[in-house]
Amino acid sequence: MTSVQEFEKTLDQSDKSVASFEDRSPLRRIQHFLHSTPAAIPAIVLIFSIIVFGVLKGERFFTAGTLTLILQQIAVVGILGAAQTLVILTAGIDLSIGVIMVISAVVMGNCAVTYGMPAPLAVAAGFVTGTLCGLLNGFLVSRMKLPPFIVTLGTWNIVMAANFIYSANATIRRADIETAAPLLGFFGISLKLGSAVFTLGVIMMVITVIVLWYGLNHTAWGRHVYAVGDDPEAAELSGIRVKKVLLGVYGLAGAIAALAAWVSIGRNGSISPSWAVTDYNLQAITAAVIGGISLFGGRGSILGTLFGALIVGVVSMGLNMLGADPQWKVLLTGVLIISAVGVDQWIRKVAG
Amino acid sequence: MEPLLTARGIVKRYGRVTALDQSDFDLYPGEILAVIGDNGAGKSSLIKAISGAIHPDEGEIRLEGQVVNFRSPLQAREAGIETVYQNLALSPALSIADNMFLGREIRKSGPMGSIFRMLDRPKMAKIARDKLSELGLMTIQNINQAVETLSGGQRQGVAVARAAAFGSKVIILDEPTAALGVKESRKVLELILDVRKRGLPIVLISHNMPHVFEVADRIHIHRLGKRLCVINPKDYTMSDAVAFMTGAKVPPEAAAA
Repeated sequence: MTSVQEFEKTLDQSDKSVASFEDRSPLRRIQHFLHSTPAAIPAIVLIFSIIVFGVLKGERFFTAGTLTLILQQIAVVGILGAAQTLVILTAGIDLSIGVIMVISAVVMGNCAVTYGMPAPLAVAAGFVTGTLCGLLNGFLVSRMKLPPFIVTLGTWNIVMAANFIYSANATIRRADIETAAPLLGFFGISLKLGSAVFTLGVIMMVITVIVLWYGLNHTAWGRHVYAVGDDPEAAELSGIRVKKVLLGVYGLAGAIAALAAWVSIGRNGSISPSWAVTDYNLQAITAAVIGGISLFGGRGSILGTLFGALIVGVVSMGLNMLGADPQWKVLLTGVLIISAVGVDQWIRKVAG
Repeated sequence: MEPLLTARGIVKRYGRVTALDQSDFDLYPGEILAVIGDNGAGKSSLIKAISGAIHPDEGEIRLEGQVVNFRSPLQAREAGIETVYQNLALSPALSIADNMFLGREIRKSGPMGSIFRMLDRPKMAKIARDKLSELGLMTIQNINQAVETLSGGQRQGVAVARAAAFGSKVIILDEPTAALGVKESRKVLELILDVRKRGLPIVLISHNMPHVFEVADRIHIHRLGKRLCVINPKDYTMSDAVAFMTGAKVPPEAAAA
């Protein structure tokens, strides 16, 4: 025991009770629950939107065929969203993820059809391309210390242009792929259970999310990804190699984009370099943000991203069946994005 | 007795500012060495050089007689030097247990750990809980709650517990009581003495003179980027120490023991 100082003498008689928060209002409790369970809101919104369209469209919406068609439509964006989630968790952003996917698909197709390489090698070449693009982003962000937004804005343009120059914007036709390398269309194979149709692409999306969820929550690597996004300086002082984590995350995002490329070949049949003008990157960010992944990093669950992609899929299918102008889907997506960020800000106040 | 940790002629410049100017430092086994100095005297830079957070431009640091050249805090930690930084270096969104084991997680034994790299959550939670109970910090109910939901004192407790749990040679505490209330400060001071009893030397950076004079065996006074002198708290008063560190009084050279 230390020699207690004069002003501390009364400490022994001090009140031992600990501050308690029994009278927390229901709202505060909800806030705390959402703080510890970030995927809850997108899950609730998803169930709500399914119910709304179910009521409006009745049995036509609630068929196994319709619901599994939604899954098929979101498989590619779901996988890209998973890659985007990793990057956003580190407080970064990857605007180039969509065009990395497209160039990976073009490389796979060209290797198999134009150069006549064996299909597994062609797929591997696509993965190498995607990973290298991701590592370039990672190098510029972690070593050159450039802001992720600027880096990936640059590589978005660079990769898109490289894609058009390399491919001369020539589409690789479905028939050519089917004869030269059926493996490229692997993820288009579908399994039928009654009227439910699951493509291997849909199953791959679910597996990707589950594997990443495991990695993020049950391995040291995942804890480090969250810590880096939360406070990179604190992470560095805690002994985490922040640069290595960042490089790895961008590289992995590139590899997952190549996986999305393979899945999208299965879905579309053909390969077209002009996919590069589709806003896949923004769709992936939308899925992550609606799914409750905080753009400030370190917060959110990758399951939320899957729900986010599903919400967009359900809304667009539902409005489509109601015969609404497709622009309503775009409008509603915008409302969802802003609401999701608003809720994120509110949940964060739990700390204050 | 040989010093455990020494630094000789450490220089660190930030652009035109010289934070450390040929600074020396000695820490003996089993002692509590307080480091005091005015704001901007270079205390934090000195500590960061020893803990690997910055790399000095010149000079030599020796741990147990061996020259060490830390490139990162991780290397210093692996050598047994554990630091509690002023900004705590905790990740707010992660849980208490995750924070305590950040950067040295325990994996499950068997294939779940070696192949699937699965963390042993129950084991880490148990160790974390034991360490916090040792410090009397078990008013924290849930070891899995996020650090950002804790009060300032509780966060400090987690950071100190982490250092005490893992430090094997030296523990450095940068302003450990600055953000704490009276009761919590007392706990941290008791903890510091407790750690010394286990034979671990402690470097304590503090502005709180009563705390420094109460627990320190020797006081290193830093001024203008240099070690001005080292005094024994029994030979001087608090006002002497303040006079030395602000330059109001010149210390007798002989005191630099």
